Amino acid sequence: MTDTVAERAAGSVRALPSAPPKAKDFKTDQEVRWCPGCGDYAILAAVQGFLPELGVPRENIVFISGIGCSSRFPYYMNTYGMHSIHGRAPAIATGLSTSRPDLAVFVVTGDGDALSIGGNHLIHALRRNVNLTILLFNNRIYGLTKGQYSPTSERGKVTKSSPYGSLDNPFNPVSLALGAEATFVARTLDSDRKHLTSVLRAAAEHEGASLVEIYQNCNIFNDGAFDLLKSPEGAREWIVPLVHGEEIRFGAGGDKAVVRDPGTGALTVAEGVEPGDPRVVVHDAHAADSSYAYALSRLPERDPRLTPMGVFRSVERPSYDRLLREQMEAARNEAPGDDAALNALIRGGDSWTL
Amino acid sequence: MSVHLEQLERVVIRIAGDSGDGMQLTGDRFTHETARFGNDLSTLPNFPAEIRAPAGTLHGVSSFQLHFADHDILTPGDRPDVLVAMNPAALKANLGDLPRGATIIVDTHDFTPRALARVGWTSDPLTDGTLDAFTVHAVDLTQLTLDALADTGLTRKDAARAKNMYALGLLSWMYSRPVEGTIRFLRQKFAKTPRIAEANVRAFKAGWNYGETTEAFVAHQVKPAPLPPGEYRNITGNLALAYGLIAGARRAGLPLFLGSYPITPASDILHELSKHKRFGVTTFQAEDEIAGVGAALGASFGGALGVTTTSGPGVALKSETIGLAVSLELPLVVVDVQRGGPSTGLPTKTEQADLLQAMFGRNGEAPVPVVAPRSPADCFDAAVEAIRIATAYRTPVFLLSDGYLANGSEPWRFPALEQLPDLTVEFLTAPNGPDGTFLPYLRDETTLARPWAVPGTPGLEHRVGGIEKADGTGHISYDPDNHERMVRLRDAKVRGIAVPDVEVDDPGADARVLVLGWGSTYGSIGAAVRRVRRAGHAVARAHLRHVNPFPANLGQVLARYDKVVVPEMNLGQLALLLRARYVVDVVSVTQVRGMPFRAADLAQTLQGVIEDD
Repeated sequence: MTDTVAERAAGSVRALPSAPPKAKDFKTDQEVRWCPGCGDYAILAAVQGFLPELGVPRENIVFISGIGCSSRFPYYMNTYGMHSIHGRAPAIATGLSTSRPDLAVFVVTGDGDALSIGGNHLIHALRRNVNLTILLFNNRIYGLTKGQYSPTSERGKVTKSSPYGSLDNPFNPVSLALGAEATFVARTLDSDRKHLTSVLRAAAEHEGASLVEIYQNCNIFNDGAFDLLKSPEGAREWIVPLVHGEEIRFGAGGDKAVVRDPGTGALTVAEGVEPGDPRVVVHDAHAADSSYAYALSRLPERDPRLTPMGVFRSVERPSYDRLLREQMEAARNEAPGDDAALNALIRGGDSWTL
Repeated sequence: MSVHLEQLERVVIRIAGDSGDGMQLTGDRFTHETARFGNDLSTLPNFPAEIRAPAGTLHGVSSFQLHFADHDILTPGDRPDVLVAMNPAALKANLGDLPRGATIIVDTHDFTPRALARVGWTSDPLTDGTLDAFTVHAVDLTQLTLDALADTGLTRKDAARAKNMYALGLLSWMYSRPVEGTIRFLRQKFAKTPRIAEANVRAFKAGWNYGETTEAFVAHQVKPAPLPPGEYRNITGNLALAYGLIAGARRAGLPLFLGSYPITPASDILHELSKHKRFGVTTFQAEDEIAGVGAALGASFGGALGVTTTSGPGVALKSETIGLAVSLELPLVVVDVQRGGPSTGLPTKTEQADLLQAMFGRNGEAPVPVVAPRSPADCFDAAVEAIRIATAYRTPVFLLSDGYLANGSEPWRFPALEQLPDLTVEFLTAPNGPDGTFLPYLRDETTLARPWAVPGTPGLEHRVGGIEKADGTGHISYDPDNHERMVRLRDAKVRGIAVPDVEVDDPGADARVLVLGWGSTYGSIGAAVRRVRRAGHAVARAHLRHVNPFPANLGQVLARYDKVVVPEMNLGQLALLLRARYVVDVVSVTQVRGMPFRAADLAQTLQGVIEDD
């Protein structure tokens, strides 16, 4: 019966094969209400830009969000969408995705929405590997409630609710997702359109749950949080580029690199690394051992400015949706589910007639 | 074969023992035999929340009460005529419920000074006169079971475990129950361990033979009840509710999606539905109550029938999502199998104290229809009705069952699918606004329901959300006039739900007192009303299936009587609603003991009200 809904939905006959959609087809008539200069604009443009290449009809795309600035996102996408309640988007999206395999379901969330009030739903969606593309806009602050520290704010942060400095140790969303055994985890930056687009595309094409942490500047309450990574020099010195199959090198002329300590096996960063140095790690996003990706995510422990960017991990594991579908099909093949069978179920094995 | 069969109209039996003694299973089997035999029946399982409380303690006692009769009955009975007590704790815990002259069959095996002391008895009640008011059969059932299984090679411990079947055999003889069903059941249940199966069968037969040969017991007969002709089965409330959900979804033409988190006493519905994938039923065991209802709502957005099942504490957690469903105007069925509260309360006991939570437990003006089943089998029809309202009006609906209905059972003249109402739902597949636009909040003139346009439908792409929506377009709107209009529209939609008039049972049309109930008090009230009428008093009764909205004729009905008595297993929640809505004084009769009302107590209360009138 699951198929029936999809068929009934698509049943309204399209007069003509619709022309391939363009970025502008994904724009709505709603005025975008983010603050001028907000990083969300760049992400919106990138998403609208790459969706046409995804090859999924517009009507089969759904954006589900929670609460927060980022969660207004669905209103600006001319697809199906739901702006739900705080933290619950992954749960709602799970129900939609598992019951409608024909849809491409995106979750748009923020650091407060996904990691504080909704932390439980996030980790469970990831461990189940529900077929969702989760875009986590991380601005390290509560924006919509006007400037309290968030679960990704650095310790000691002075905000409206932490005038003496916050005492909370922040989450590293990538480490958290890897700990929850996510099959696709990536990080990108709002201002790098090209990188953002390529990571989003890879995430959307992944079967199962994919989590993309997007560093996003809140120019009102936490302006400049990622400025270090946005200057040419800062980007060169501190962004650790993760490209599958390539050596992880950065710095001027690629003289810095992620290397493996031959003694402990730990990942660290070495400077003045010559070409051909065998210690340099070649990035393997498909590594079966998740501790490798986790170790990459912990590089900031060496120096908090170190920021790995790209796809940390992308491995194959059957999605929850697929496993569920297979179970449903197996049950259907085993015994009929028609009205006669349902009547027999209701009658049971122990009826009597008066 | 015994020559003399004493004829009885009705019997109430209670079987009690340790929670590990298999009392629920024993009761369940006796119920099946009784249903097969054709009696009308009603059951009341009663067990502790702990899985295996320490053996021999009062709080570890588990019991199962069965009322069966040669006529239609309404309750599991106030007080047992027969108590089977498998140990001192079971005897002590249940003694206070027995009327004078009741029969007690007690397993003496554990009546040691230590076991007696454990439950606070300093002398042996079997010999110290404690049981003088009763007919006592003190029998070492455990030893008899061990003797019967002496040559099976089973360990003493394993053999003793079959004592419940020995007791069941004895009871089956005493009440002339058919035995084939239980023998078949035992062989099936223990198919993987034939030795255990045969031991249980042998203990069961030995118990039967013991009754027949000792002449200590009298065989009784309770003739089949002349119920309306048709095909029957026995069913518990949770099972009927699960079947009702499947059948209702089938009649609506929708796949059923259950998002749920385990909670007593609702989990059985999740267990049952998880077996039925071939009927298009998806069950999702969520990480918490919130995710359960969230996933259900997400599935509804996608065109499935979203359902969540829980009990009171779970409803508290789901409230925000139910409010979202009110705002999104999507179908959703929220099943609350009520238990004693507040907080964790009495997880395995019954109560009706979530009515106001269902009515008002959300922020803002968030009206939700409320439907309540009145008996275990009626849970089926109530579930179908909840689905009708949810789909036709695009709204969350509360289905308020309770612990008594969930685990109680009764014979059910089940319908065929084809006899159920056609609940076919149409999705919108083409734009409904001017110039090919789509207006997600354009309402049906009759029902005020908005269109259900599911993802995958080209041309109807739209966004919904919890922020107030502009009438028609569904765009975000903070406009004061629009909010006023939308709040009133949502309210009008729920108020306007078509529900049948409440029927009044007033045989002489001369009653001055009406007794009005809702939900699971149906049986107790009905039995009490019979008693009152038998005593020569006129009393009218009515019972609500729909608590929100109330039936249209309810105000007129209330106004016809001098007094309206409202019994509830809470502190007067329906009474509060009736007073507020109809400005009528009602006599609120309340009880929160975790157990159904006793018919005799209610009858006395009613008689008092009538005599004061």
